[in-house]
Amino acid sequence: MSTTSIPAPRTGYSRHKSTRSKFEMFAWLFMRISGVVLVILIFGHLFVNLWAGEGVQAIDFGFVAGKWASPFWQIWDLLMLWLAMLHGTNGLRTIIMDYAEKPGTRMALQMILYIASVIVIVLGTLVIFTFDPCPAGADPALLASFCSAA
Amino acid sequence: MAKASTGTLYRGNEGMWSWVAHRVTGVGIFFFLLVHVLDTALVRVSPEAYNAVIGTYKTPFMAIGEIALVAAIAFHAFNGLRVILVDFSKSGPKNQKKLFWGVIIVWLIIMIAFIPRQLMHTFGG
Ligand code: HEM
Ligand code: HEM
Repeated sequence: MSTTSIPAPRTGYSRHKSTRSKFEMFAWLFMRISGVVLVILIFGHLFVNLWAGEGVQAIDFGFVAGKWASPFWQIWDLLMLWLAMLHGTNGLRTIIMDYAEKPGTRMALQMILYIASVIVIVLGTLVIFTFDPCPAGADPALLASFCSAA
Repeated sequence: MAKASTGTLYRGNEGMWSWVAHRVTGVGIFFFLLVHVLDTALVRVSPEAYNAVIGTYKTPFMAIGEIALVAAIAFHAFNGLRVILVDFSKSGPKNQKKLFWGVIIVWLIIMIAFIPRQLMHTFGG
């Protein structure tokens, strides 16, 4: 009788060897790296906007003007926007692949997803960089105090 | 999907339920973010328009919604870190159940701290 050889755990076991693409590997890694960075960005965002001071009660146009007067918060929000949108879009892509089995449905849902994501990323980026904290003709009572200082 | 009823981290119990919750919270946060970027974009319309919309975030109804949002983010974030640890750390797979309960405990601490704070902001006091 020959002895049965038992392979060491996790050697030579792969569900699919040949379909592994560079893009999927990159997407997998991106989910993890963006996740770690997003923990800091989002908890920081929630701490400042929801916890500190009067929390959400303190937010108005002047509050946003005060934050975006500083490049620090501009970059913070820009990174958060891009990373969260790309992370979320890729996550939804995975979910569409899991549940939509007809190629037509898959294609349609993916197109809607990508179009919505591009619109939101472009719009959010433009808003950060074209924001005017002291718009001409606006009610001064609604603006940050530095608008009337000049 | 693995057909075996044993030998997978993902069938039944903590492994599967944390995966379901991770998926549900991820989708929820994504749709919040779509709306959130649109409402923030109102700063480009006028101070009045922005203040009117952000004003609705300050009502008791929305205050409860914000508690739900924080609950979803905190779970997704800590469970995401657990997934990353299980993937990258040698002892991660062996400890994934302990890590899951760690996630629940940290999540509870955040919620116990945040809920009273949020209620104070909303109702004063
Ligand atoms: C109820 C909770 C939240 C409140 C009250 C809130 C409030 C705000 C406010 C006032 C701004 C304007 C700029 C600033 O203050 O930095 C903003 C921008 C932003 N928030 Fe939030 N936020 C909340 C939750 C979140 C979450 C959970 C995310 C991420 C998933 C997020 C992502 C962003 C992004 C990406 C921007 C920049 C938008 C743009 O580029 O136009 N926020 N938020
Ligand atoms: C707070 C920091 C975050 C961390 C640490 C994190 C972590 C992760 C990780 C590691 C995965 C991959 C899970 C896997 O491959 O099994 C994932 C998936 C996902 N994330 Fe996040 N994430 C975070 C924030 C967000 C945000 C802000 C959104 C929404 C905009 C989001 C939406 C999703 C979605 C939709 C999935 C796919 C879920 C699935 O395939 O079941 N995540 N997250």
